[in-house]
Amino acid sequence: MKLTRRQLIRNTAAFGAFASAGFPHIWIKNADLASAAAGEIKVGVLFSLTGTTAIIEESLNKATLLAIEEINASGGIKGMKIVPVVEDPASDPATFADKARKLVVGDKCVSVFGSYTSASRKAVLPVFERQHNLYWYPTLYEGRECSKNVIYTGAVPNQQQDEFIPWLINKFGKKFYLIGSNYIYPKEENNYCKKLLQKYGGEVVAEEYVPLGHSEFSSVINKFKSTQPNVIFSTVVGDSVVALHRQYHAAGLDPEKMPMASLTTSENEVAAMGGEAAAGHFTSAPYFMVYKSPENEKFVAAYKKRWGADKVTHFVSEACYFQIHLFKQAVEKLAVSDITPPNIRDAVKGQETLAPQGKVRIEPDNLHTWLWPKIAQAQSDGQFKILVQAKDWLKPLPYAAYPGQVCSEKGLVVQN
Amino acid sequence: MDQFIQQFLTGLSIGSILLLVAIGLSIIYGAMGIINLAHGEFVMLGAYTAWFLQVQFGMGLLTSLVPIFILVAAFGWLIERFVLSFLNNRPLDTILATWGVGIMLQQAVRLTAGGELRYVKMPEILSNSADVLGVQISLYRIFLLAASLVLFAATWLLMNRTTVGMKLRAIIQDRSVAASFGVNARRIYGLTFAYGAGLAGLAGALVSPLKSVSPEMGTGYVIDAFMVVVLGGVQSLVGTVASAFVLGELSGVIAFLQNDTVAKATVLLAIVVLIRFRPQGMFATRVRA
Repeated sequence: MKLTRRQLIRNTAAFGAFASAGFPHIWIKNADLASAAAGEIKVGVLFSLTGTTAIIEESLNKATLLAIEEINASGGIKGMKIVPVVEDPASDPATFADKARKLVVGDKCVSVFGSYTSASRKAVLPVFERQHNLYWYPTLYEGRECSKNVIYTGAVPNQQQDEFIPWLINKFGKKFYLIGSNYIYPKEENNYCKKLLQKYGGEVVAEEYVPLGHSEFSSVINKFKSTQPNVIFSTVVGDSVVALHRQYHAAGLDPEKMPMASLTTSENEVAAMGGEAAAGHFTSAPYFMVYKSPENEKFVAAYKKRWGADKVTHFVSEACYFQIHLFKQAVEKLAVSDITPPNIRDAVKGQETLAPQGKVRIEPDNLHTWLWPKIAQAQSDGQFKILVQAKDWLKPLPYAAYPGQVCSEKGLVVQN
Repeated sequence: MDQFIQQFLTGLSIGSILLLVAIGLSIIYGAMGIINLAHGEFVMLGAYTAWFLQVQFGMGLLTSLVPIFILVAAFGWLIERFVLSFLNNRPLDTILATWGVGIMLQQAVRLTAGGELRYVKMPEILSNSADVLGVQISLYRIFLLAASLVLFAATWLLMNRTTVGMKLRAIIQDRSVAASFGVNARRIYGLTFAYGAGLAGLAGALVSPLKSVSPEMGTGYVIDAFMVVVLGGVQSLVGTVASAFVLGELSGVIAFLQNDTVAKATVLLAIVVLIRFRPQGMFATRVRA
């Protein structure tokens, strides 16, 4: 078939007209941006319900749904219901990215609440940045990230360590044994820990990483015995925490002389290792289940009523809970036609809410959260006893370990 | 010197846990030739049974060991009877079937017992540590060492000194000839598989006070168990024991001198190299072809 010039022009013009009409986002910027519609606000809930990290993410899913149900029961947001779209990313980063794309592009959710591990957050990041959507991340993490499409409601290293390290040196001594699981989070936390140790005259006797999921700690415990540190600074995660504590206890070591100081041991892990193995060790976090405040009593009671009396709340599930309330406050500030992810992001800057841990606030510069550091000691009944409470809330500094780098409203600024 | 003894005892302890987990597999894979990828899930079932008996009936770990063995063995017998016995001499299908069974077991446990980590209490009398040759060692670890050796001895006697064991060995050598002598191959296979599964269940229950109990806990153990059995020589029980303690000492020492990440990698590398040059493993039993 011979193609004449006239036919070519005609076909091209027809195709062009079709394309610009059929795919309006070619010429209208942000036309396909997710927004609220028909009296309901769709949000994604992206926590693993199967796979290795389901152990903890199940509780995050539950805290998120609880907060959404509470808000809907009290009239929703401006009369609109929050509709959660729950997906199970099965503890696999690639599946996280797939499900995130589905929630953002397919379901047109205006925000997604999700992730426990840093690996899964990094995997979904490109989706949210490309689609101009918003991801709410409740977990304490290693910092060193400055995305404009993520609201970080967990602690960063300075919020867990600034008070903790000098307190430990003061109380137990200068020699620290750093033990962590072998991935980015423990390495960045230790990186910051070493800076603080240098500042306060502490000393690192050993720094060691075990494989993720590792459960045989007898050689590590032999090294505790031979190096005799004053403090074992632990960033071991997941079921390894349980194995480490139980084997430490079985080996007859004494937490009064050589306590483990952890950033990752919560009520959840303590329940699994048993009170006798947990007792005497320390954790630094913004929230503990025993914390006394009217908001927390309400949260714990509601959680147990909804999900079972034997369930515990912990420092990540608390953030899951209050970040929904921050979302509500931000959306309330917007006109119904303006409920889009970028507007929600701008509206949440500087928002404050009374969380179970105390009043928290989203820092406008870096979208991280002002939190209340606390130091607590695990007791044999499986709960913590809070020993130190910060007098003031602490500003989040995601680049605290990197002098000269600051996360600002414009993005990451590197000063020389 | 103290440190040397300490490290030696640690290696023995790691080895005893490996042996506990591997001994059931050594029967199922080594003797029966079934590649059972659900072995780790039998271990997990044992741990969950211990947890269940503790929570529901307040039974201590030591008293619940016998019921755990019986329950997991019965479950293993069912799997053999209704899945594997239809797949005789189809090794690839067996691998797939046991893998599938493993996944189903994981999800079934997650749905019934919940996804969170579970707690199994350590027996009170064994929760202290003792002085052995001048070093402190956990009583429970000594108990595990003893338990692994007792289970090994029982298994060895069963295989070599009883009629069931003799019949099994006859079937392994030649199924049709054994059958023509009146040995009921089906029944023996079922019983042996059940025994191996029961051992795996015991292993799970025994390690649970030192480790954590979760639906996925079996995944790590199945790899360890295959490593031990393959290195020891597939048909040799003694080989399994030797290889468990060699691997235990090796990974203990490397983990002490370096760290556990390096230890894991080095041990795997060593096994690959050894299998390359000695595919039959450390101990090969001579079988008339």
